Amino acid sequence: MANSHETVETAQTATEYVQHHLGFLTFGQRQDGSWGFAHSTQEASEMGFWAINVDSMMISVLLGILFIALFRFGIKGATSGKPGAFQNFLEIIVEFVQSNVKNSFYAKNDLIGPLALTIFCWIFLMNAMDLVPVDWIPLLAQTIAGDSHLYFKAVPTTDLNITLGFAISVFFLIIFYSIKIKGLGGFLGEFAFHPFGKWALPLNLILELPGFLAKPVSLALRLYGNFFAGEVIFLVIALVGYWQLPLHFGWAVFHILVVTLQAYLFMMLTIVYLNQAHQTH
Amino acid sequence: MNLNATIIGQSIAFFVFVWFCMKYVWPPITAILEERQKKIADGLEAADRAQRDLNLAQNKAADELREAKQQGAELIEQANKRANQIVEEAKDKAREEGQRLISGAKAEIEMELQRAKEDLRAQVAAIAVAGAEKILESSIDQAANEELMKKLASEL
Repeated sequence: MANSHETVETAQTATEYVQHHLGFLTFGQRQDGSWGFAHSTQEASEMGFWAINVDSMMISVLLGILFIALFRFGIKGATSGKPGAFQNFLEIIVEFVQSNVKNSFYAKNDLIGPLALTIFCWIFLMNAMDLVPVDWIPLLAQTIAGDSHLYFKAVPTTDLNITLGFAISVFFLIIFYSIKIKGLGGFLGEFAFHPFGKWALPLNLILELPGFLAKPVSLALRLYGNFFAGEVIFLVIALVGYWQLPLHFGWAVFHILVVTLQAYLFMMLTIVYLNQAHQTH
Repeated sequence: MNLNATIIGQSIAFFVFVWFCMKYVWPPITAILEERQKKIADGLEAADRAQRDLNLAQNKAADELREAKQQGAELIEQANKRANQIVEEAKDKAREEGQRLISGAKAEIEMELQRAKEDLRAQVAAIAVAGAEKILESSIDQAANEELMKKLASEL
């Protein structure tokens, strides 16, 4: 898709190309009170909070369904005897997740295994979307919609809303299990009476609360930052003509590592945070 | 970059997929893994047990072999003893038989001897008569001395 920005939109400059690719297909209430898709990033941001990025959400849900479908398909007719190639592949993933949970999570909770597996596979699939050449999916969406100016973001993890959605869900689980295991008093006591005892309560709060609140923010921003930056580089590479082929290949190969590593990191940090939520002092 | 309700949508989707995974993906696949682990453990245990059984059977076989050898040795010894006994018996019998044969032969020799003596006696008498005849040919009348000769012969 070397010259798509020239063929699709002849008047488009390089900056416009990149900016257009960073825009979302946002659905919400326009300034004039009607509901519909935003036609510019300006309009999208004017829609305020009660708008939804249909592209990220759609790809995210489709990949979630793909993840569940792959596993459901893989274990259909699976046996404890000799596994087939695909069953073996799925078992390797599950055993990998299981061993990480076993090594980092010491309490007993049946949710953690499926949670870690879902996070790892789903985020991996979302991240892997950035290995698809940057114009393919937007072009497909534009062709289907019949609108050559349509915004369409193919990599959900380059949307801070998606990564924050993950992080806030995990944060909610951390709070839920902290209160469930330690009680509300025990949970709040961790901020109030550590590390310096009850006479240094304000100091304790200053030390502990930011660290706790930073957990979801760091989770979301780490994933978002990695893939937003990766995406921008892919877009810049797509602007350099035929030299993009080797460059794209090199950056994509490097990104295979980032895709896996960031998915693994998100999963591991979730396990570790939830383990902390289950530990009583 | 603007934050919007996608966060809420994504959170809902997240919990739905986690719930789905927890309900329909994780349990069957971990059940399969556990079942296989159990199968492997059972297999290893069975192999251990088989090895133990094999050792026991080998020991038992060795014991029985030893016993059989011992019995065999006993039987051979008995057989040897019996053979010696039979040989001794046979020797005794042979000696007896030999003795009997020898005594039979001796009796026969005695009989032969007696017969030879009788013959010799008769021949000596005949030779004596013939000698006497030659000496007395002219003077002695055959007829007149017939009776005398018979008498002489019977006295011999």
